Amino acid sequence: MRSLLAFAWLNVQLAWRNLWRNYRRTLIMLAAIVLGAWSMIFMASLARGMVTQMVRDGLRALPGHVQIHHPEYREDPTVVNSMPPLSSELRSSLESESVVAWTSRVRVPAVITSERDTRGVTLVGIDPERERLLSFVADDLAEGRFLEGSDDKGLIVGRKLLERLETDLGKRVVVMSQDPENDVAERGFRIVGVFDSDLAVFEEGFVFAGEAIVQQMLRIGEQASEIAIIGDDYRDAERLAADVAVAAGGELQVEPWMELDPMLQTMMGLLDAFILVFVVIIFMALSFGLVNTLVMAVFERTREIGLMLALGVAPRSIVAQVIVECVLLLLVGLAVGNLLAWLTVSALSDGIDISMVAEGMADYGVGSVITPRLGLRDLAIANLTVLILGFLASLSPALRASRLEPVKALSES
Amino acid sequence: MEFQLAWRNLWRQPRRTWLTTGAMVFCNVILVFLVSLQLGMYQLMIDSSLRPFVGHLQVQHEDFLEGQKLRQVVPAAATVAADLRSNLQLETVSARGQAFGLASSEERSYGVAVVGVDPLFEPGVSSLPGLVRQGRYLESFDAQEAVVGALLAHNLRVGLGEEITILGSGRDGSFAAGVLTIVGFFESGISDLDRSALHIPLGAFQEIFAMESAGHSVVVTAPSLFEVDIVKQRVEQTIPSGGDLAVRDWNALEPGLRQAIQSDIASAWFMYAVLIVLVAFSVLNTQLMSVLERTKEFGVVMALGITPSRLGRVVLLETTLMGVIGAVLGMVLGVALLLAIGRTGIPLGSIEELAAQYNLPSVIYPRFSWIGLVAGPLMVMMGSICAALYPAFRLRRLEPVDAMRSA
Repeated sequence: MRSLLAFAWLNVQLAWRNLWRNYRRTLIMLAAIVLGAWSMIFMASLARGMVTQMVRDGLRALPGHVQIHHPEYREDPTVVNSMPPLSSELRSSLESESVVAWTSRVRVPAVITSERDTRGVTLVGIDPERERLLSFVADDLAEGRFLEGSDDKGLIVGRKLLERLETDLGKRVVVMSQDPENDVAERGFRIVGVFDSDLAVFEEGFVFAGEAIVQQMLRIGEQASEIAIIGDDYRDAERLAADVAVAAGGELQVEPWMELDPMLQTMMGLLDAFILVFVVIIFMALSFGLVNTLVMAVFERTREIGLMLALGVAPRSIVAQVIVECVLLLLVGLAVGNLLAWLTVSALSDGIDISMVAEGMADYGVGSVITPRLGLRDLAIANLTVLILGFLASLSPALRASRLEPVKALSES
Repeated sequence: MEFQLAWRNLWRQPRRTWLTTGAMVFCNVILVFLVSLQLGMYQLMIDSSLRPFVGHLQVQHEDFLEGQKLRQVVPAAATVAADLRSNLQLETVSARGQAFGLASSEERSYGVAVVGVDPLFEPGVSSLPGLVRQGRYLESFDAQEAVVGALLAHNLRVGLGEEITILGSGRDGSFAAGVLTIVGFFESGISDLDRSALHIPLGAFQEIFAMESAGHSVVVTAPSLFEVDIVKQRVEQTIPSGGDLAVRDWNALEPGLRQAIQSDIASAWFMYAVLIVLVAFSVLNTQLMSVLERTKEFGVVMALGITPSRLGRVVLLETTLMGVIGAVLGMVLGVALLLAIGRTGIPLGSIEELAAQYNLPSVIYPRFSWIGLVAGPLMVMMGSICAALYPAFRLRRLEPVDAMRSA
């Protein structure tokens, strides 16, 4: 064991010295590896940051890690497909420890009319106290006040909708929808609060009122459209959904966000593939230079290697030497590249302002600031891929070196 | 002479030359393929986003883009459209009206976007009339009929031949109401349209919403995306000046589209730049080594009277030759890859839904273009030559005597 370690250490020392015999070549190669490693990790953390933000925003807009609906509601989101008041069993399951917060909402399509204009919107009836714990409407309130209770007679609208309707805080608007019998259900509301949102669709398309008031307006008693639940960790939503589904019974549909918005889930899966492809392409561009460097290094040392072979050094220890040299080069390059990437990401921790193209990105659910995120998994993928592929790339020059004919190699000038 | 010298020098170390050229070829193939794929995708994105509704240009009231108000009108819209058609010698011009309303069937009510169209010319500016899956598109200018999105029809629980009621407010603030017979369903694949759009004849629209002869936009589709600017200028000259009308091109109508493309280009070029710099490092390494190896030889040649700048040219020429080989092979292989994949296309598979957000179909085809073919290899070549400048200029500092003495 000790001798093996000593042998390895000897090889490392030898490889290290060999590397610096031609310091220019080694430095250029190192620079290339550093650039490659930096770009892999930086790009990965940029993409990771973007997708993480998309998922967060998506969850905020939904919102809720798990939602419960009438089985037809998602297909046809109308008042007809409301769910009955909570069963005691479901209620106790919602009070369990794995649920951080939950709320019920009435959510129906509606038409809002001011003195000047008419728009189609989604009317959401909320329980303000509970809703506060789940969604952002309360935090994003820019003017006026938030709803004070489920029976608050006020209405909260987005700033953009306010402009479109040419109305103002404190003014009255009429909201029209239908009751379960398809009779027009309408009610006048006073606008008591205005919210801002990064997502224009949201600002223009959603209005919030007290849940009890909306239930009264729609004549649906205690029925609601959805129950939204937040657990400890959004990545655990599937387990939470399974737990709740048992209590909910077969009549209701319980879905984690991955099913509610499969696109977010796809994005996350796609991201891993994207990062791997990026890493492999960059590595391949790098590998030509790497192999070239090794080939040149072996070529320069033909005589020396011939001498070693002639003196009885085993061919496999020549192989080991070349491989160790390559791995050593990669390790140093990766270390510096990782460090640089870490520095870049820390420097950009306030986020990169992309408001120049924000409208375009907002259409696809990305906010106007991207914060790169350095994930351990991405670091591991990048570094391991480079090391493994680098090792494979060094095999050919290494084997070539070990197959040199001692006599021929020695006689070479 | 220099050319021959450079060529022979390259093949003194064939392995090294091939490895360096190989890096270029690899990079070029990737660039040719990806740039072509990107260009194809952008074209598709633009087309499929604009074709169903927006068109290339719209004449609107100058405040309509921001306000989207019923009273921000284009007066005598159908006449403006007819004038444009004859002035531009272009059939793809059509007038429209747009309003919000509540559509009700027996069972259900939904807020919808009501679009009044000219049935005769609408097929020229949008693909929607061609996307009618059941029934037919509108035919007469003032019939009380409607074509609705398939999802909307499903949600309203209405079938062909059944009636729906439209409620809203008219241009003069009056109560607007109309009863329409459904004659067709369209399926555009764009969920916004399918879920909430309703097309009715412009005449009926004007009647229901008390518009008299006014509309909200005149949509123009240019023969191709590249002619939009020319057509826009001509439209600007044609519409009555001094009025409050404005001509908006698709950039103004859909600001998100260009921005989405721009941000995609930016992130793609980050990767391309890294690839090009990596190739440049490879070239720098090779050329620096080969210059250093030949120090003694260069010393001898210089002592014989060849100027250092001429030697520098040889080194640059070597690089250029490698660059040309790399570019040619890269382009050939890149095109081969494009042809191979162009036949089947790239199925988006699991990311189909994601692609649908960008209005992309489920299979995309890379698009062959000269820009896509040449842009990447040209950059790689330039990067390589830049990298060879340092080794070439090193030669100028070479002293013949010292050089000959070096080991």
